[in-house]
Amino acid sequence: MRLLNRSAGRLSRHRRGPIAGLVVLLLGLLLTGGLYAAFAPAQADSAASQEELVKEGRELFLVGCAFCHGQNGEGVLTQSGDQYGPALTDVGAASVDFQVGTGRMPMSTPGNQAQRKEVVYSDAEIAALSAYVASLGTGPAIPDAEMYDPATLSDEEYDEYVTRGGQIFLANCTACHNFEGSGGAMPRGGFAPKIRGVDPKHIYEAMLTGPQSMDTFSDGNIPPDDKKAIIAYLDTLNEQPSYGGLTLGGLGPVSEGLIAWLVGMGGLVAFAVWIAAQTTRTSKKKDGADA
Amino acid sequence: MTDSHEIEPAHGGHHGELVPDEPIANPGMPEHLPRPTDVDPKKEKRAELQVAAFFGLSAICTVLFAVAYFTLDIGSNWHTFGGVGASTVALGATLGLSMLFIGIAIIHWARKLMGDHEIVEMRHPAYSEEVDRVRALDDLKIGFEETGIARRPLIRNSALGALALLGVPAVVLLRDLGTLPGDALEHTIWGQGGRKIKIIEDGKEVEVEVPLMRIARDAIGTPILASDLEIGDLVNAQPEVLFNPGRYYVEPADVHGHELQTHKSKASLILLRMEPRDLKPGKGREDWDVNGIVAYSKICTHVGCPISLNERTTHHLLCPCHQSTFDLADSGRVVFGPAGRPLPQLPIAVDEQGYLVAQSDFTEPVGPSYWERDYERDRFAEDD
Repeated sequence: MRLLNRSAGRLSRHRRGPIAGLVVLLLGLLLTGGLYAAFAPAQADSAASQEELVKEGRELFLVGCAFCHGQNGEGVLTQSGDQYGPALTDVGAASVDFQVGTGRMPMSTPGNQAQRKEVVYSDAEIAALSAYVASLGTGPAIPDAEMYDPATLSDEEYDEYVTRGGQIFLANCTACHNFEGSGGAMPRGGFAPKIRGVDPKHIYEAMLTGPQSMDTFSDGNIPPDDKKAIIAYLDTLNEQPSYGGLTLGGLGPVSEGLIAWLVGMGGLVAFAVWIAAQTTRTSKKKDGADA
Repeated sequence: MTDSHEIEPAHGGHHGELVPDEPIANPGMPEHLPRPTDVDPKKEKRAELQVAAFFGLSAICTVLFAVAYFTLDIGSNWHTFGGVGASTVALGATLGLSMLFIGIAIIHWARKLMGDHEIVEMRHPAYSEEVDRVRALDDLKIGFEETGIARRPLIRNSALGALALLGVPAVVLLRDLGTLPGDALEHTIWGQGGRKIKIIEDGKEVEVEVPLMRIARDAIGTPILASDLEIGDLVNAQPEVLFNPGRYYVEPADVHGHELQTHKSKASLILLRMEPRDLKPGKGREDWDVNGIVAYSKICTHVGCPISLNERTTHHLLCPCHQSTFDLADSGRVVFGPAGRPLPQLPIAVDEQGYLVAQSDFTEPVGPSYWERDYERDRFAEDD
């Protein structure tokens, strides 16, 4: 008991430490993952269950995806020959897990860019859909947690990964996603989304598959370990203090200038107008003054 | 201007009156109305107290600023108030309010209590009085004559010479801006691959051929196997010599520190693999790609920003500085924006081990235009 108390006390000392949130997150992930693995029907145990998963995925696909992507994921063209829904024959499970797992698919309205929204399918359904689409052709598989999760790194490794990841991030990602991952504008009304606070698995899958207009950063482009380093760097960005006050979206001079001009200068102008609008005159005459 | 703006007589007829000088009578100044504080001693007293109260509030805020400065740690409590530091908020708010209260107090004072009468200030002529102008010119003339400069050419000439020579230090100091660039802008470090050099080996001078420059991943530093890239991959790349100078017989000091940045500013590369059928190779560039992999300078030809905002679906590369857009499937042609020239393309190939290499240096200067640039050599300058 004493031992338990002491170790609890030792643990408790670290509860405000910089990685406490991470550790709790990792524990939560491990717990849910472990429970899921223990109680969910085994997926890859046998060829039969895999087959069942693909079958289940196909049923979901026919209902939710086939209208745009074709009944066999072959894609649908518009009358003018443009792509209505792209072919999914070689996108792989990672792509489905990303698109459906972040709510981008199914799209609510056809348009330029599918946006992140509430996830429609359950985890089990996403797994089934991924398995089905993966069975249509080649393409990257869903990565394991140890490939992307910076929480699996030791403290020293973590520091090394963050340093390296920062350099790779600056060379490859900041052009579109901004120097602190806040996202940015792209041609023709598109935008690169904010990537801070995104599930490491989805960041990994996005690099691997290049969703929508994004370029691919395949394992031959940025090796898996370097991808993990990028994710570790993004992880520190989440924790980074903003000593200078409000970050205003971390978009640089645009949002700061906008606030300074509209709120700051606008407030001063409004105040000056209000002062000048107040009359200080009265029609009363001073007692005893002439007429 | 047309005649339609001529002033018509006020009453139509040719025999009528013309427009009077002032068609609307000058109403004069409006009647002066006093302020409540002028007529009511109670209100005057109240305004006085208000002004003093604002000055007092300002003083309190200033004291609080000093207190906050010494009691709150700067930097270590950065998330006290909704993600903003206690010290940041306290210092900003107290100092801002103390200045705001002084402003309010002065405005209130001026509007309620200070002297209250309208003043008309007539406009002055801009030039000085004639007397002053004449006197100033006379003074100048007298001064000039007293120097005797017209009678003493020796002094005049030596003074002029001394003053003129003072321009020399200004010109000489320009030298510190650096050496003239020479042809440095026309070459990049990609050209270090494939050249022939003489080295001393075992006391004998032998000629060796430097291997072709491999293309390496930026920040990671490893060379790239052509077979490793998938369609849709965009690689931000650098010449391998920056990471492994020995292989190219380059001194490590030449790719370090300031030199490294200089090389990177010219040699940075964008590598893109697309469907070979999407690619429209330019004239004479048919063998510049490797199975759909093309390489372009990362430096915008407008004012030299590094660009890598690429849209995989359109192969359009956008420069974030001024929105110049280049079509990477079509020899880096400018499709939008102020850039005057296409992005320079680097001819690439694979070496025996299957790594991507540059066939040669860029065939034209990379980056923005400059005075000495030889536009005759720009292959695509005459196109479009």
